[in-house]
Amino acid sequence: MSYTPKMREQIKKVEATRAERVKQNFPRMNPEQKDNVLKNFHPDYIEASMRALPVGVNKGDRVPHELADLIEARSRVENIKFDLEDIAYDVDVLVVGGGGAGASAALLAQEQDADVLMVTKLRFGDANTVMAQGGIQGADKENDSPAIHYLDVMGGGHYTNVPELVRALTMDAPIALKWLEYLGTMFDKFEDGTMKSIHGGGTSRKRMHSARDYSGAEIMRTLRDEVRNRGVRVIEFCSVVELLLDEDGKCGGAILYNMETGEYEIARAKTVIMAVGGSGRLHYQGFPTTNHYGATGDGLIMGYRAGAKLAFMNTIQYHPTGAAYPPQILGLLITEKVRGLGAEPVNIDGAQFVFHLETRDVEASAIIREVKQNGKGVTTPTGMVGVWLDSPMIDIIHGPGTIEKELPAMVRQFARFGVDIVRDPMLIYPALHYQNGGLLIDENGMTNVENLYVAGEGAGGIHGKNRLMGNSLLDIVVFGRRAGKHAGARVKDITVKKLNMDHVASYHKELEDNGVDTAGRVSPLLLPRYTHRIDE
Amino acid sequence: MGQEHEGINIFIMGKKYKVPDSLTIMNAMEYAGYQLVRGCGCRAGFCGACATIYRLKGDYDLKVGLACQTKVEPEMYLTQLPFFPAQKSEYNIQELKATAEQISQFYPEIFRCIGCNACTKICPQDLKVMQYIGYAQRGQIDRCADESFDCVMCGLCASRCPAQIVHYNVGILARRLFSRHLTPPAQHLQNRVEEIESGAFDKEINELMSADLIELKRRYNERDMEA
Ligand SMILES: Cc1cc2nc3c(=O)[nH]c(=O)nc-3n(C[C@H](O)[C@H](O)[C@H](O)COP(=O)(O)OP(=O)(O)OC[C@H]3O[C@@H](n4cnc5c(N)ncnc54)[C@H](O)[C@@H]3O)c2cc1C
Ligand code: FES
Repeated sequence: MSYTPKMREQIKKVEATRAERVKQNFPRMNPEQKDNVLKNFHPDYIEASMRALPVGVNKGDRVPHELADLIEARSRVENIKFDLEDIAYDVDVLVVGGGGAGASAALLAQEQDADVLMVTKLRFGDANTVMAQGGIQGADKENDSPAIHYLDVMGGGHYTNVPELVRALTMDAPIALKWLEYLGTMFDKFEDGTMKSIHGGGTSRKRMHSARDYSGAEIMRTLRDEVRNRGVRVIEFCSVVELLLDEDGKCGGAILYNMETGEYEIARAKTVIMAVGGSGRLHYQGFPTTNHYGATGDGLIMGYRAGAKLAFMNTIQYHPTGAAYPPQILGLLITEKVRGLGAEPVNIDGAQFVFHLETRDVEASAIIREVKQNGKGVTTPTGMVGVWLDSPMIDIIHGPGTIEKELPAMVRQFARFGVDIVRDPMLIYPALHYQNGGLLIDENGMTNVENLYVAGEGAGGIHGKNRLMGNSLLDIVVFGRRAGKHAGARVKDITVKKLNMDHVASYHKELEDNGVDTAGRVSPLLLPRYTHRIDE
Repeated sequence: MGQEHEGINIFIMGKKYKVPDSLTIMNAMEYAGYQLVRGCGCRAGFCGACATIYRLKGDYDLKVGLACQTKVEPEMYLTQLPFFPAQKSEYNIQELKATAEQISQFYPEIFRCIGCNACTKICPQDLKVMQYIGYAQRGQIDRCADESFDCVMCGLCASRCPAQIVHYNVGILARRLFSRHLTPPAQHLQNRVEEIESGAFDKEINELMSADLIELKRRYNERDMEA
């Protein structure tokens, strides 16, 4: 819906200061100011938003309540009797999740002559991967190197990243890009084949490769097409709801759940690769999210129950600019490029309150401060509060027509709901964007549970406390390939012993022994509940 | 519920529900009580899971939209098309040639196009679908790749085609042919891969890995930035 008369009045204040703001340079924050705004307003720093886990390998570690609620929950299949000998699928490698990491893993595992089965909760490709617009990093230009990339990644992650994983990420990056190119991914290129590449937040070299503003979609549909061409078996609308271990405590399969018929089946596999993505749909601290419908953190839950260790689950990435209005697109990612082209955040009085190109965490925190502490946000008819992002500045700075030429997807997305971002500012608020942590893996993608691999956004350690843009599309390909290759090659030497669900039973016992009140909760969640409500 | 919402009647698969007029079709279905399983993916116009067909009361015209990107209207009769049984050919992209013959070998039906333009009219991404099929017929693979690029593969075009063409599968084949066989591979990328495989960066990376925090921070803070 277009802006209400009241909002139109408020926009006048933004217009009134626009000419002046275009001329002035708002000062950047100094390190102290950054620290200060982060400590006081970044959602990760809010003590009350997290609690220590009472059970499991990470007992004592703090994670967001919304995740803790699902960890302090009972298995959703607790009361179902399974005959674990009644095996519906007996395969070498079970790939769980049909995003970019899963597709990469399936292809590489199959190349090792492994019999691969992929199962995925929604359609193959309905995933966060398909939504990535910005691009994918990789040090492939002459003035760049994996070492320079390594330094950028470590600095971006505040030096908390696991060095071996960062080495794997940055050294494999050109190999991953080459592979995507070889498969026929339509990267933006010059006539002679040279990749077009630009900067991203925190990069010291221009190494962001893109496929227009559909980078993730282009990678996803190419990989999906290849998986289909190679005849990998894929079952859609089929979730994994619990992992199975064998007598030696090694991962040996999973319980599959048909999302439509409600039927359960047993899959036995010599290795399992969980590539189930992130957890934005848990709406940590009530934030709207940019993530796809199935991003409910199922992998974290099932892996944790099976004894796999979590890392960095107390750090979440909030994108500073999610749409706050119109309500139909609440949480929709507004690409960083809008600020890159000069649009500034402005409060209800029409005043700028933060430099527009601070890092994501600082920019987001400053917006939250302006709304929460200073009370200078704009309230929408549905009660959402945001600040203005003054998009019309772009055409003033770069000349008329720039917005339409550089941001066609954005213009289209807002126009569909009656907002013209060429003429009027956008209303924005930080949105829950990315799960920095996940299940800890080694260089081959394996967790501490033997034969259980994790690849993609569900894995932890690569990005430490903070991921840089463009390194996630990269990590899903790099570690998807690594996990697929390792898991696929090893199956020759693996025999799965008798399967059991003892780990689930002992997890329940541990909950009881620690007096945890699960309040009737069961997990994994599989899908968020949005029935009978109007805000998303 | 906010005060500014008008209640309107919509018909989900023929059944009447009163919903706020500000909602998307997707949110309206949820508001009505549907727990979506099919017909919902990215919720942001990228995945094509939520193709929806609708008509407004008293109007013969069949309209379409992505449920996550289309607002409800009064007296809207809607249903989703969450799956379309489309034919997809299997091929090894490495062995193919970027020619019209190659495409017609896998998708001969493209030559049965009768020029009705139903595909273009129905495309929720406003692509010139019939146009890109025309390019494919003539072997203009670069133009087919370019024109089909924004496709979200929702299946609506195929559902309307009297010639039974699966346009989006032709589009992906064209894009892969173009990228693999008509675009030169990036030489700098090839060089870099060879350098990595020959171990050219091992020493430097290992040095960084063994550097202590202070040294690492120093090198990070002092690193030069490409303009
Ligand atoms: C809007 C947006 C923009 C982004 N932009 C960029 C960018 O420009 N650059 C960048 O590098 N990164 C970007 N990212 C991040 C990046 O896209 C993701 O982190 C990455 O694609 C995740 O890939 P994945 O394969 O791990 O998970 P996904 O792609 O999310 O795939 C996970 C799959 O697992 C399935 N699944 C989930 N649970 C289960 C279960 N229990 N059983 C079976 N299947 C299950 C899901 O349905 C899904 O198909 C962006 C993310 C978003 C949301
Ligand atoms: S849900 Fe993905 S396009 Fe609508």
